[in-house]
Amino acid sequence: MKRKHKRLTFVIIAMALLGIAVGLVLMAFEENIVFFNSPTDIATTQPGPDKRLRLGGLVEEGSVVREAGSTVTRFRVTDLENVVDVVFDGILPDLFREGQGVIAEGKYINGAFQASEVLAKHDEQYMPPEVADALKKSGQWKGDETMKTQPQENK
Amino acid sequence: MADLHRFANPTRFLKLAGIIQPWALAVFLLSITVGLYMAFFTAPADYQQGESARIMYVHVPAAWMAMFCYTVMAVASAVSLIWKHPLADVSARATAPIGAAFTFLSLATGSLWGKPMWGTWWVWDARLTSVLVLLFLYIGYMALQGAFDDRVRAAKASAILALVGFVNVPIIKFSVDWWNTLHQPASVIKMGGSSIHPSMLWPLLIMAIAFKAYYVWVLMVRMRQELVANKVRILRLKQVHGG
Repeated sequence: MKRKHKRLTFVIIAMALLGIAVGLVLMAFEENIVFFNSPTDIATTQPGPDKRLRLGGLVEEGSVVREAGSTVTRFRVTDLENVVDVVFDGILPDLFREGQGVIAEGKYINGAFQASEVLAKHDEQYMPPEVADALKKSGQWKGDETMKTQPQENK
Repeated sequence: MADLHRFANPTRFLKLAGIIQPWALAVFLLSITVGLYMAFFTAPADYQQGESARIMYVHVPAAWMAMFCYTVMAVASAVSLIWKHPLADVSARATAPIGAAFTFLSLATGSLWGKPMWGTWWVWDARLTSVLVLLFLYIGYMALQGAFDDRVRAAKASAILALVGFVNVPIIKFSVDWWNTLHQPASVIKMGGSSIHPSMLWPLLIMAIAFKAYYVWVLMVRMRQELVANKVRILRLKQVHGG
């Protein structure tokens, strides 16, 4: 075997081993890499009141209640299987609306999620407003479904 | 391989690069003009993000280029390590700062978009973190290239770093599919066709062409400069020793 063939074999084997090693590490750390948990995760694991975590899902239609005279907002986050009540005191991002993906950071205390921060999750749909209206009218609208399967994908 | 060896000759490459360079510049100037015009004037605002969606026309092509440049750098590093072609190391070294600039551009524009849309400048989710690691890899590569007096040793050490760091590229690409992230999944290249309206897709693709042409242009400038500098150094050494 010529020297450059030796080097080629060595590089290929080293890259393959490195890839496998990194893959195993990432699989082992999956719990920490996942950015948010779904309402189903919360329902099955029932995290303690001291554990900080992120809850991700869709804001349930018709669930948003803004308390008069304060910045407190109550809403429910759903993954269309389980629902979690969320209480948040603060300013919501522009994209926050019913039916839209959202990620809340906070603690799960006494059956309600006390959020200290709320982030809007954008989906991968990009279209002009007129097209969105036309899709909604013709009943082909599926923009709100993108979050549906995602939170459970890795389970 | 015989054909590739023809271009591995630095003198022949210099000639070829001289021809490519003005064309790459012309394509870049034309496509950046058309692309930016379309991005600002003909492309519609998004149904939810409004005018902020226009950041995408810089952000997405910059992020593609960040990964593309690193892939070029890794392949060139492998060629340099295995076949010891002098041009491979020159091209990898010339690519690194361009890739770093594109990575920084995608991080900065993404952050500007994130504040109004997500409600935060930065989160440590898998996509954002892996792109930040990519920026550090570029910086580390450039630092390592500069840390040796001996060109051959610098080429070897930095080529190994580039190859080891290449595992990060598929992680960036698939991070949004493998893990829950705040960053949205891919819109343009995905199963079942792109989920981006054609009126917004065209300016995006033209901007991608512009960025690619820019890369080729700057790569040619940097590689020619380096090869000419090498020639000058060899001439000087000859003068000193022959003097």
